[in-house]
Amino acid sequence: MDLFRSTAHELIDLVSGGKTTSEAIIASLDARIREKDTGVKAYVRRQKNAVDPIRETGRRSGPLSGIPVAVKDNICTDGIETSCCSKILAGFRPPYDATVITKLRDAGAVIIPDKLNMDEFAFGSSTENSCFGPTHNPWDLGRVPGGSSGGSAAAVAADEAIMALGSDTGGSIRQPAAFCGVVGLKPTYGRVSRYGLIAFASSLDQIGPLTKDVHDSCLLMNVIAGRDPMDSTSSDRTPPDYTKSLVQDVKGLKIGIPKEYFAQGMDREVRTIVEEAIKKLERLGATAAEVSLPHTQYAVPVYYIVATAEASSNLSRFDGVQYGLRSSDTRPITGNKLIDMYKHTRGEGFGAEAKRRILLGTFALSHGYYDAYYLRALKVRTLITRDFADVFKECDCIITPTTPTPAFTIGEKTDDPLQMYLSDVLTISANLAGIPAISVPCGFTKAGLPVGMQILAPAFMEETLFRAAFTYEQATPWHTMRPKL
Amino acid sequence: MNYEPVIGLEVHVQLKTKTKVFCGCSTEFGNEPNSQVCPVCLGFPGSLPVLNRAALDHAIKAGLALNCTVAEYTKFDRKHYYYPDLPKNIQISQYDLPVSKDGYLDIEIDGRTKRIRIRRAHLEEDAGKLIHKETTSLIDYNRTGQPLLEIVSEPDMNSPEEAYEYLTDLKSVIQYTDVSDCDMEKGTLRCDANISLRPAGTTGLGVKSELKNLNSFKAVREALAYEIERHRQILNEGGQVVQETRLWDEKTGQTLAMRTKEEAKDYRYFPEPDLPPFTPVKEEIDRIKKEIPELPKEKCRRFMKEHGLGKSDAQQLTLSMQDAEFAEAVIRAFPGANKKPAVNWLIGPLASEANARNRQMHELGVSPEDLVELVRFMEDQEISNLAAKTVLSDMIDTHRTAAQIVKEKNLIQISDESSIENDIDAVIAENPKVVNDLTGGRSNALMFLVGQVMKRTKGKANPKVVQDMLKRRFPNV
Amino acid sequence: MALSKQTVEYVAHLSRIELTEEELEKLSKQLESIIGFIDALRAADVAGVRPTDHILPLNNALRPDEPRPSLPIEKTLANAPRKDGRFFAVPKVIE
Repeated sequence: MDLFRSTAHELIDLVSGGKTTSEAIIASLDARIREKDTGVKAYVRRQKNAVDPIRETGRRSGPLSGIPVAVKDNICTDGIETSCCSKILAGFRPPYDATVITKLRDAGAVIIPDKLNMDEFAFGSSTENSCFGPTHNPWDLGRVPGGSSGGSAAAVAADEAIMALGSDTGGSIRQPAAFCGVVGLKPTYGRVSRYGLIAFASSLDQIGPLTKDVHDSCLLMNVIAGRDPMDSTSSDRTPPDYTKSLVQDVKGLKIGIPKEYFAQGMDREVRTIVEEAIKKLERLGATAAEVSLPHTQYAVPVYYIVATAEASSNLSRFDGVQYGLRSSDTRPITGNKLIDMYKHTRGEGFGAEAKRRILLGTFALSHGYYDAYYLRALKVRTLITRDFADVFKECDCIITPTTPTPAFTIGEKTDDPLQMYLSDVLTISANLAGIPAISVPCGFTKAGLPVGMQILAPAFMEETLFRAAFTYEQATPWHTMRPKL
Repeated sequence: MNYEPVIGLEVHVQLKTKTKVFCGCSTEFGNEPNSQVCPVCLGFPGSLPVLNRAALDHAIKAGLALNCTVAEYTKFDRKHYYYPDLPKNIQISQYDLPVSKDGYLDIEIDGRTKRIRIRRAHLEEDAGKLIHKETTSLIDYNRTGQPLLEIVSEPDMNSPEEAYEYLTDLKSVIQYTDVSDCDMEKGTLRCDANISLRPAGTTGLGVKSELKNLNSFKAVREALAYEIERHRQILNEGGQVVQETRLWDEKTGQTLAMRTKEEAKDYRYFPEPDLPPFTPVKEEIDRIKKEIPELPKEKCRRFMKEHGLGKSDAQQLTLSMQDAEFAEAVIRAFPGANKKPAVNWLIGPLASEANARNRQMHELGVSPEDLVELVRFMEDQEISNLAAKTVLSDMIDTHRTAAQIVKEKNLIQISDESSIENDIDAVIAENPKVVNDLTGGRSNALMFLVGQVMKRTKGKANPKVVQDMLKRRFPNV
Repeated sequence: MALSKQTVEYVAHLSRIELTEEELEKLSKQLESIIGFIDALRAADVAGVRPTDHILPLNNALRPDEPRPSLPIEKTLANAPRKDGRFFAVPKVIE
């Protein structure tokens, strides 16, 4: 079999058994990318030179020795351009590695210098907001891969990456994972360091794995999870060995099915397929019961206040002073050359969605509106978090569809931002509550589009997610299927 | 109409920590531009702040020394404004839950004690430095991220003198806790003032102006005095004071409005999401409290009680803690119950020497025992007062003891009358006209003769003894 | 709630973003519609509810006061759009 089609755990066995080398793996992947990426466009700024695995890892050996990992364009890599797919950060070479990158290098992994496409600053659910243009869903090149980690999901689905890192603020790992038929995990808030992740919403962001199967997700989590002294919001709980959760056993697992998540507006096929998946788990020994998350209706409004407020703040630093774009437009706006520089730079450098979110967020924090919008949203966030705490008293995990529809066509939702926001409804609450959630492939629509099942667990219970997901995965064929490219 | 000034002061002190408040860059002063920076204090994308334990401890210590209540739950907030010395265009500061609040300082003014309330003392990060050239401004981020404690007073001061006293006392208390050097010249203490006028006897607040660019305590006092007059003139003419920021111009002795039109500032404060709140526990706070030494006011009272010092002397000697400790060592080493001679020498000549050399008393290289020795030479009338002063200077310059210098320069005063007898005879003989004036009743002629004897003995005669001897020769004067 | 163009202009100024007339027009409409949607939050009963300060339990994350290496000047200035010796340079700041 072609090496590029393998999972990481298969390759690790091959490498340690002397049957292949890192160089061979990378060469195989490189050829695959050259062949298919003009159609998929998962990667941005393809480097001229091929990756030198020895230089990339310094011959370090560890649990991911020689395994290439692809990285979303918002995770800092020392000396390698990282731009969040935005014009305002074009050319930015961070002078440091994100903590997750350091951990991967220490584990022997090879970091692919070509970054993965994303919605600009992670603002979006389709990767159509990238300054490089959209990535195409490998299952149907006329459709979106999801977003904002669209490049990550598409690369893994198309076997253009063995495993990838993405980031999730409102569903940006899980939703593209569902659209592209791969496994995507958003860890518990604080489980993985955010140091080096170019921030969107500081209280919601997490870096997480996108992989071909659950086993690979565990392997990647084993490397990247854990306390980071450079991140005050990282948890000091010691992470377990996640591969120990790779057991096929859901006997007695109590599943909650929130009625609000199966509401109207959901694609009928998606609903049927996910319900079927839940039944499968029941046949395997789990029990399912209806539960209620009564404040679900407020999740999207809360998210679009909290996330945009934090984003508008985090993006204040992009001003042309120290890095990135500095506008050469000298037409006076206010007459004060410095202020004009800020305004020209940010006017030129940010795309439409970025501008929308910055303005919305600034508005929510501004004098006179803070109490009615931001403060109120924080209070409702507490209610949403409580909903989950209450439900988890009765069940071990919650299962929902990851998305209300399968992948939509490119251009279908770009005219109405509000429509795009509403499609996040099923994934957003996990970020607001800080709990972990995974999307696993659970079937295909008649048109051949992947559908994802989302499993949520209480904070720091990724093990429950892995166990349930692994059990389901191993009892179904979805993880072996690949798009015809 | 009689107007009363209402003054509030905002003081920023730079805390003495080895590293910056949110990153591990060194806080050393005076290194090359942009040599003490990292992704965190530069605000590079993806960077995150982590609070320096020592900065928090120092802030708590200062708060306790200022009689504040330390918060059980304190958090940071983001303050948004665009300026090139602020890398993220955000300053991490504290808004509604500062480290400490509701404190006070009791100042002495016009012989009575007045309490100036302190609203709050909170932690925040410093900005960088701008250097302005022809058409560009250059930015050095070394100072960005240095830990600042912002101490905000209530508008309880009613005169520039009170403001001056408050600043002096504040600096003294903070220096005692050793959390900051409080040196305005080095920029480790900065002060902005808010001033407004109100009709005397009322309690409301008038329209205020905010004064900046105050580079010394003296400047604060002068700028406030100027501004009070400026407000007074406007109000007396029936005008309205404009609320604005004004810069003190040292050269012209005026405050000037800023050149750019000020817009209402919307800082859009919200809780810093990258820093979870902090909960200093009682044991921690108690431990820090124990580290606070005897503070200036207590020390002053004790000096008065234990060593019999007058209030003014005690206050002056307790301004700086290390000088106070030095002074106390001198006082303790000085024999006898009357410490006044030693105290006079501390407050007088030693303090002058320190000022002249721009150093503190304890930094002059004179040990307490050395000073006591010198004072005793003088008290025992072995050397003249004047000679003693030059000996002191010499002691500081050459790091030798008084005994060594007196011996080497042969400064021992001649108090033995028999030695001086001849010189007196000679002077009388050489100055018949003056002697005539003297016998005629002119007493300043006596001092002239004393002077001549001193000259003849090269300053070594004990002037008091000479004077007594001459008086005995001319009993009618 | 209605979002006037004036408000949007003011918010754009606070955010230091230059908007073309066309953008101002379009964004005002879009933001108004989004905020209208967000106003649904008014119906939530938040009496006595504390705002979410932080998701994680408190951990008093503190760092020891020990110096760590700073960046070498080449790395610090590597991305600077304009520099002058060891400094970053911007159009002159007017006080």
